[in-house]
Formats: sequence, C-alpha cells, structure tokens
Amino acid sequence: MSETNFSNDASEAIVSKSAAAVERARKAGRKALIAYLPASFPDKQTSIDAAIALARNGADIIEIGIPYSDPVMDGSVIQAATTQALENGFHVADVFDVVAAITAETDAAVLVMTYWNPVMRMGVDEFSRRLAEAGGAGLITPDLVPDEAAEWMSASDKYGLDRVFLVAPSSTPERVAMTVKATRGFVYAVSIMGVTGARTEVSSAAEAVVAAAHAAGAERACVGLGVSKASHVREIAAYADGVIVGTALVAALRDGGVPAVAALAKELSTGFDLPTAETVSA
Amino acid sequence: MVDPATAFLQGSTPADASQGPSLRHAPGPYFGSYGGRWMPESLIAALDEIEETFEKAKVDPEFLAEIADLNKNYSGRPSLLTEAKRFSAHAGGARVFLKREDLNHTGSHKINNVLGQALLAKRMGKTRIIAETGAGQHGVASATAAALLGLECVVYMGAEDCRRQALNVARMQLLGATVVPVTNGSQTLKDAINDALRDWVANVENTHYVLGTVSGAHPFPAMVRFFHEVIGEEARGQIIDQIGRLPDAVCACIGGGSNAIGLFHGFLDDAAVKIYGFEAAGDGVDTGRHAATITLGRPGVLHGARSYLMQDEDGQTIESHSISAGLDYPGVGPEHAYLADLGRVSYEAITDVEAMDAFKLLCRTEGIIPAIESSHALAGALKVGQRLTADAVNPEDVVVIVNLSGRGDKDVQTAADWFGLLDEDGNVKGTMLSTRSAKGAAHGAGAATADTMDMNAEDASNE
Repeated sequence: MSETNFSNDASEAIVSKSAAAVERARKAGRKALIAYLPASFPDKQTSIDAAIALARNGADIIEIGIPYSDPVMDGSVIQAATTQALENGFHVADVFDVVAAITAETDAAVLVMTYWNPVMRMGVDEFSRRLAEAGGAGLITPDLVPDEAAEWMSASDKYGLDRVFLVAPSSTPERVAMTVKATRGFVYAVSIMGVTGARTEVSSAAEAVVAAAHAAGAERACVGLGVSKASHVREIAAYADGVIVGTALVAALRDGGVPAVAALAKELSTGFDLPTAETVSA
Repeated sequence: MVDPATAFLQGSTPADASQGPSLRHAPGPYFGSYGGRWMPESLIAALDEIEETFEKAKVDPEFLAEIADLNKNYSGRPSLLTEAKRFSAHAGGARVFLKREDLNHTGSHKINNVLGQALLAKRMGKTRIIAETGAGQHGVASATAAALLGLECVVYMGAEDCRRQALNVARMQLLGATVVPVTNGSQTLKDAINDALRDWVANVENTHYVLGTVSGAHPFPAMVRFFHEVIGEEARGQIIDQIGRLPDAVCACIGGGSNAIGLFHGFLDDAAVKIYGFEAAGDGVDTGRHAATITLGRPGVLHGARSYLMQDEDGQTIESHSISAGLDYPGVGPEHAYLADLGRVSYEAITDVEAMDAFKLLCRTEGIIPAIESSHALAGALKVGQRLTADAVNPEDVVVIVNLSGRGDKDVQTAADWFGLLDEDGNVKGTMLSTRSAKGAAHGAGAATADTMDMNAEDASNE
C-alpha cells in the first residue's frame, strides 16, 4: 500500500472502504455484519487470527479496538479485555500491525475504533498516515464528536480514510444532520443510552435512530450496542444497513478462543437468512 | 476564525488598561486551545441542557438569591479571613492570611459547587444526582446537598480511596447516599469518574452528574468556577477591609483546581497580585510518583476536556500519586492549563514531605488542623513568603492569602500514621491500655445488625 498516491485535494472522490463493504453485502441481498475485537487480546497474534476468522465467517467489516486506560463507553467485558491487553504490553503502534495482517489475508474493510487521546498523542496526521499505509479503512471515534474533529476531518481527507461518527437516541435532529454530513462510510447508530455490553433485547430506540439518520441523508446507518444473537441481527437487518456486534464476540474469544469466535460469527450471519421481523410480525 | 475564548477576550473591556483584556468570567467552551467537549455523542444533549439551564440561572435573580441564602444560612458564608500570625514567622515574616473554607458546612469549599449544581438539577427536573469522589469531600458534600434538597444520591469512589477514607464512606451512608466502590483500573479518582460517566450515559434522563471540579466537558469548567467565585470575591473584599489594600500574592492547591480557580478569579485582573497554584509532587517530581500535571504533563484529552494530562508516549493515562487523595488526579481543569500557558498563574509542585511539614506547622502555630490538600498550599505559601520577603525592607509589608480549602478531620488517620502516632495494629498509641470490657460494645453490636442497606431502605420508606 505504501506506493498509494494520497491526494491532498478533499474534493477528489475518496473511495470509502467501509461504504463499499456495506454495498457489497447489500448487492448480495443482505446487510453488513460488522464485528469488533480489541487489538492484542488475549495477545497480538490471537487477535489477528480471530479477526481473520471473523472475516471468513461472515463479517464484512472488522472493527479493531485500541485498548485504552479510560474507556468510558465500554462495559465490563470489553474493559476487562482491554485492561488485559494493556497489562500484556500493548502499544498503540501494534494496531497498525494487526490491521495490516488482517487486510493482507481478507477482503474485509478494517476500521479502528479508538478513544481520541491515543490518536492525539501520536499526532492525528501521523496516526492517519500509518493507518492508511496499513490498509485501514478509517476510524470509529466514540468520544470524538464532529464539533471537535477539525484536525481529523482534514487528515482523513488527506489520507482517504472513513470517519465513522456516532448518533444516539438523545441526538437532536440538528445534531443528527450535522453528524451525518461529517461522516464518511456509515453512521454508527447507538441503540441504547448506555455503554457496550450484551443485552437480552435490542432497544426499540435503535429503529428511530436509524430512521433519523436516513432522514438526514445518511446512505448507510448501522446499529451497535447490545447486539449479541442471530435474532437481534435479523431484527436490526429489517431497518438498518448493517449490524455491529462487539461484547458477545469478545466474550466468545475469552471463553472459547478463535474457534468460538468463528462459530459465533457464522451463527450471527445466519440472522440475515432468517425471515425478517417485518415478515414475521406482519 | 478565532476561537471563542480568544473572541471573548478580544471583545471584553479591559479592567486594567495596564494589563490588557480581562481574564475573568471566561465563558468556555474553550480557554485558549483547552477545554471543549471531547465526549460521547450520547451525552451532548445532556451537556446542552445543563448549559442552557445554567446560563439562564446565573442571570436569574431568584436563583442567585437562593444560592446566596444557602451560602449564608446553610454553609455559613462568608467564610472568615484569618491572619495566621505565628505561622507567618515561618514565611520569611510575610503576613499570611487564611481564607477559611475549612469552616464551611461539610468542611471544605466543595459545598459551594454542590449546592449550585443540586439546585440546577432540580430546575432540570432531575430526581437523582451522581458524583465521583476521591478523598470523599465532594461525595460528602453531594450527599449533603441531596439530603437537603430531597434528591437520590449515588457516589462513585475508588475502592482504594474507600479504604483510605473509610470514615467518609460512613458519612455519606449516614446522609442517605449509596456509595459504589470502583474496582476498575487504578481504583482511584479517575476511575470513579469513568464509572460515574457510565452511569450517567445510561441514566441521563433522570440523573444529573455533579462533577466535583473545574474539569470535564463544557459547561462544567465554567459552571463549577462560577459557584466557587464567591471565595475570591469574599477574600478580595476582606483583605481590603483588614489591611486597606490588595495582597501581594494568593496561593491555592491544585488537583482538578476548583478551590484554586475560585480564589484566583477574584484577583486575575489585579496585575500586581501574583498568583500561585501548588500541585502534588508526591514522592518528588523526578520519582515518577506524583500528581504534578501542569509541571510535567502534556496536553491531551481526558474526561471531556483538552488540558494538561499525565500520559505516557501512547496517550494512556498515567496513574498519579499523592498522599492527598483529593489531589491524586492525573488531569487538571482546562482554565488552569490556559492560565499556565499565559503565565498569569505560576504552578509549582509540593512534595508529600513538604505538605506534611506545613500541616504540622499550622496545627502547632495556629491551632488549625488543615486538610492535606490545603497543606500543599500552605507549604507553597511558606516558599512564596520567603521569596517575596528576600528583598523587602519590611517583611511584614508582604501579604499572602492562602486558600485553606478544607479541614483535616478526614486526614487524622493518615496524619497520625505519617507522624508515627499509630502502633503496628493501626491503633493510636496509648489508647488500648484499658483493662475493662468495652462499655459501648453492646450498643455497637446491636447497631451493626442493621446494615447500611436496611438503613437506606428505611430512609426510602420514610419519604
């Protein structure tokens, strides 16, 4: 990838890797499955193997989380995993190795999910350049809203990276519109007011968040937080463009290693084959 | 386009032509390049609601009268300005005055902010407040305000801090609050804030997060400062009353920096007044075990604001260390970062040893047991006094105000341990000599059967 000629002109069309992945799923008659795992949990190589297993078992987009000391949007399962990765000596630069290893082996788009301070510390431009060189698609930024993202907006344009911002049930129509406009790739629709973690039910608020994003012009809105089962995938696929699963996969990796991750990804993707919720309830 | 803080500064009327634009009442969200809102989208609506409610309240005579009444008739304001005559002898002979926030109800400046925010919570129709606490002072103040105003209160406190400040845990429970020990991360203040934020994002509909210092996302830094400005306003008036002029220097300790910004605000535009903030140097700034954020940190984002931050080369927050739980925080309020860059305030670091020496000195010379946090300001004031009197013909012409932000009752255990007053079992030496059976034990055992859960349940049923 190093010979890629990055354009400094933001007006030139940037091909969004994550948007392309969502569209490929759509053409195949389903929705995108987006799967999260933290880098270097339980160790660097296993995290790479697990991510490759995800891609080979139905995941269209892989999200690699950067372990961080103060993950305020994460529940206990992901906190425990990322704390372990940090204790095992994870360094931020390791994430580029993880991304490069996954993109070398699979066709999945690979996004990095990160709290903002590690990016700021490395330098937004430097981080973006290295992510692009590793073949990464872009960033999901849980604690960076577009209001504070001036530096990231220009770096992501410079290096052709996706900017996945979040919209929440509490977002006003004005903020949804502003966020949709700032986004490239897909809008991350937060299903519930809360932190990451598997839940028995997916909040009904999710559908309204997706509708608001679509109404504001988002071509792609994907739902995350609390999604853990094939039935959730089916339910969300009825109205969203993609389904994001995190905690359930981290727990599977913790308890059953790479084979358990592969099995869960496979099972989750069967959700797209099940009759949609609309058909069932109609 | 200039940033809002700069625009504000350019547009404001200079209070002192020799000094340039006023630094007072900076509204946020930005203080130079610091501050802002580095927060999850889920919480932005809540921050907007707080900002809107606060902006209306701070110009609403009814709200201001309510605050003034509580300050006077509940907290006991104005707090005294006491000249520390015997202590002064150790400050090069400079006259040292203590702003007595230790005399406020609940024992520290924290009550100023908490009463203001609890009133705002009621204005927003919230029925529940949550708070983080390090030493327990802000938690106790929050539990107090919640009891006073009929709000539910949950306090997040690092498990390590619960151990260090067990008495304050009991105080909060006695006041009807639920204390949640936080076992994530370093189990101290920053992790308590993380868990409070997680609670807030899930319960924001009925819950207000009473952040205890001038850090966090806008509007917290400007709002918390507003409620503490009374410290500096009073001190300025009191020193003029007592000596007929302004002081030469004002000093305060800095954790997040709320007591300091409250005092400093009264003097920011008085160019002749030197301003000093004292951070915790723990074992020493060269040992890696300290909390000297401005002295050694680098700009970064934590808990919603861009400011100086103790972080490693990867941007991971570094654990701070200080004998004072209230200063044991790896961040600092963004307005302090700005004032440091401007050079208007000098920030220096005080070690545990220096702070504890000043603690003992105030006890012995003035009959006042200070909080260990405030002891950092006292130690700094000794240095400042010695420095400023070095060239003075009459040392007593040099006047220094120190914010005595809290009293030391909560620190008696720590101080007793530090000064060797405890035996190997942790009992105060010489207090276990009685050969009689413990007289109060029967009562104690009976009370112990009613655990805190029951106590809370009874409180709830009474309401």
